[in-house]
Amino acid sequence: MSVVLAAPKKMIELSVDGQPVRVFEGSTILDACRMLGNEQPTLCYGDTLTPVNVCRVCVVEVEGARTLVPSCSRIAEPGMVVLTDSERVRTSRRLVLELLGSSVDLSTAPEALAYIEEYDAKPERFGPDAATVAQDVKIDNDLYVRDYSKCILCYKCVSACGEDHQNTFAIAVAGRGFDAHISTELDVTLPESACVYCGNCIAVCPTGALMSVAEYEKRQAGTWDAENETVVSTVCPYCGVGCNLELHVQDNEIVNVTSPHDHDVTEGNLCIKGRFGYQYVQNRR
Amino acid sequence: MPDLRLLNAEPSEAERSAIDAVLGAGTDANGRTARDDRTKRHLLLPALRAAQLRVGWVSEGALGYASRRLAVPPAEAYGVASFYALIALEERPADVTHVCTDLSCMLKGASVPDGAHPSPCLGLCERAPASYRTIAGEQPVEEQIPAAGPPLPQAGQPGLRLLRRIAAGVDPESIDAYIQAGGFESLRRARELGAEAVLHEVTESRLLGRGGAAFPTGVKWAAVAKQPAQPHYLVCNADESEPGTFKDRVLMEEDPFALIESMAIAALATGSSHGFIYVRAEYPLAHRRLQNAIDLAHSRGFLEGFDIELRIGAGAYVCGEETALFQSIEGFRGEPRNKPPFPVEVGLFGKPTAVNNVETLFNVLDVVDEGGKEYADTGTQDSTGTRLFCVSGAVARPGLYELPFGSTLRELLDLAGAEPPKAVLLGGAAGAFVGPDLLDLRLTYEDTREAGVTLGSGVVIVYDESADLVGALLRIAEFFRDESCGQCVPCRVGTVRQEEALHRLAEGRAHEDELETLAELAQVMRDASICGLGQTAANAVASAIVNLKVFAA
Repeated sequence: MSVVLAAPKKMIELSVDGQPVRVFEGSTILDACRMLGNEQPTLCYGDTLTPVNVCRVCVVEVEGARTLVPSCSRIAEPGMVVLTDSERVRTSRRLVLELLGSSVDLSTAPEALAYIEEYDAKPERFGPDAATVAQDVKIDNDLYVRDYSKCILCYKCVSACGEDHQNTFAIAVAGRGFDAHISTELDVTLPESACVYCGNCIAVCPTGALMSVAEYEKRQAGTWDAENETVVSTVCPYCGVGCNLELHVQDNEIVNVTSPHDHDVTEGNLCIKGRFGYQYVQNRR
Repeated sequence: MPDLRLLNAEPSEAERSAIDAVLGAGTDANGRTARDDRTKRHLLLPALRAAQLRVGWVSEGALGYASRRLAVPPAEAYGVASFYALIALEERPADVTHVCTDLSCMLKGASVPDGAHPSPCLGLCERAPASYRTIAGEQPVEEQIPAAGPPLPQAGQPGLRLLRRIAAGVDPESIDAYIQAGGFESLRRARELGAEAVLHEVTESRLLGRGGAAFPTGVKWAAVAKQPAQPHYLVCNADESEPGTFKDRVLMEEDPFALIESMAIAALATGSSHGFIYVRAEYPLAHRRLQNAIDLAHSRGFLEGFDIELRIGAGAYVCGEETALFQSIEGFRGEPRNKPPFPVEVGLFGKPTAVNNVETLFNVLDVVDEGGKEYADTGTQDSTGTRLFCVSGAVARPGLYELPFGSTLRELLDLAGAEPPKAVLLGGAAGAFVGPDLLDLRLTYEDTREAGVTLGSGVVIVYDESADLVGALLRIAEFFRDESCGQCVPCRVGTVRQEEALHRLAEGRAHEDELETLAELAQVMRDASICGLGQTAANAVASAIVNLKVFAA
């Protein structure tokens, strides 16, 4: 039997912050930056998702381009001259973070908070009356909590629920402009929607807008203890697929279940059983 | 569709038959659900529009039925329906009036009566204030209602090119009248010349796009023509929604056959077998006359090997952005795509696509008739041909003016009968304000670029001494906040922060560094937004602060 090999890929060379770098044709600018160990801030980018480049915190300057370009999705070209830390880039990133920080509750978004500090962003500059997306928390089922006051509209949950992974299409972006929001059809509750509770949306949410009920309740009770969390790897016992599980344990109790993104089969996804069916492990009677 | 969870509500008989009229009966010869329905997502908006025209709104039953027929997940269908301002997802009376409260109508004292909806620019700026009314029913009514109108200016003037048939009063509904006026001669000549030669002439003409971006038409067409992927599409962008713009409406309403003819020529040059005209919903007369022109041109055999389909928007300025327009035709939310790849490579349905504005296409007729070189004799070196200007506001004779490139703003304002203005808005809400010091600006691409302003879509709104410029800025900021698609952060939140800052300035409670904040917002929206909407949403405000010193202490 012959082995079909993909056509060999060409290497191209570009420069990032003055340093030459060679990447495979088709790589993004972000890939090129990472080859150099030059990490860029990202919020809507997900390593297992198709880039939607909407958050705009990863923008970089490309010589000759009229505007800044999103490094997460812009394909690198031979001879490109990229600047990731120019004044223009820093100004854009800072203001974008200020726009997010002034309109969204980022209190459970560690990456965003770290970028705000790194770029010295001051979300409070827009004053106390700046419009926000604050709204009531949605708790309409036993497994998920949806707090869209914390939603930066990164589209990750929509991609994970839809074409990129789950193909359930229970949620989509509805409305327009500042009123755009993640919604089920006609905003029905999750139990009335197409949701199958795989939790793959929770797994990709970068801000804690989507959270398991277990985590939400612990945070409400003040017993959430991420600092002392340990992670145990195992294999899901439910079916023959053999998904790898990472059990997140706090105080000898499983609080969340994830799957490694580099796992061939799951790419970080699970089903309702793998994600939420862990109670039997800790039934200590 | 085993995996698709559907809405439970059933459509009414009226809704079902309205949607079936767009999608077909929905069952094959054996009475089974037609399988090819699932490839017809692009009919989602037409189906929702049909339901709304029939009963006045899109009910859960209608949304669910359209989703089911087209195999679109209900959450996505809801996302699409809720994107478009003219689609109502809550029950309302059948008779709905939208009153324009935008820049030109504001200047003419527009007011919204009880029960009517305020609307962004309706493209009737020369006959402001205007409104748009729809009455749902078995025989739905859609009409634009302008204030008492002037006749078209320049009627009978010599030297008109794009407007010559309109000035001569050629019947826009009669193909024979069009043929008698020389119609379809350019298409005949183009077919004699062949695709290569037409491309050559268009390139030689140095024709630049008239929609706002001023891209060379010949370059665009040549790029599409050489793409190996098939089919190629031709899209006419007739989603004219830039506040203050009405030129394309006049062309489509009064000279529709010329658009069909020029599209056939463009199709020949770009190797396209299928064309779309995407017209905004608020132009019902243009819809009727274009459909009539398409049907008659077909039946007379002028469109062999080329289909033209009319697609109607649903209230979204951003759909004038070419990639948002593709999304809209394909049945998605009108969210612009990232570029590159550009439409010439990956456009409508992922195929190579030439997108041209209505006025741009009209010019092609003259290019073919006269030859590219000869066409380029009119105008200036970098701005060839003539240009349509939409003049409104404080002038005695508002209307559509066609002038060769190189005329000055002063000459245009003299023609329209303007007193020396306090300010002029060039290029629409995405354009820039200029003061009286720039009256001798030559209206060309190169001169406006040098002056840091833009011709955009040809908008010229005149503000006299009594005008409320701060009010105009607030309206512009509100417009962009309303029309932002919401996809990227700089535009979604930036347009809100811009409006908030302007309100504070207008009300005398500005933060200390308000003007710096506005300038920084302008820079970042221009630099980091995905599409032209966000990139230009701060232009007019920034220009008024810099050029007119509106908030100078």
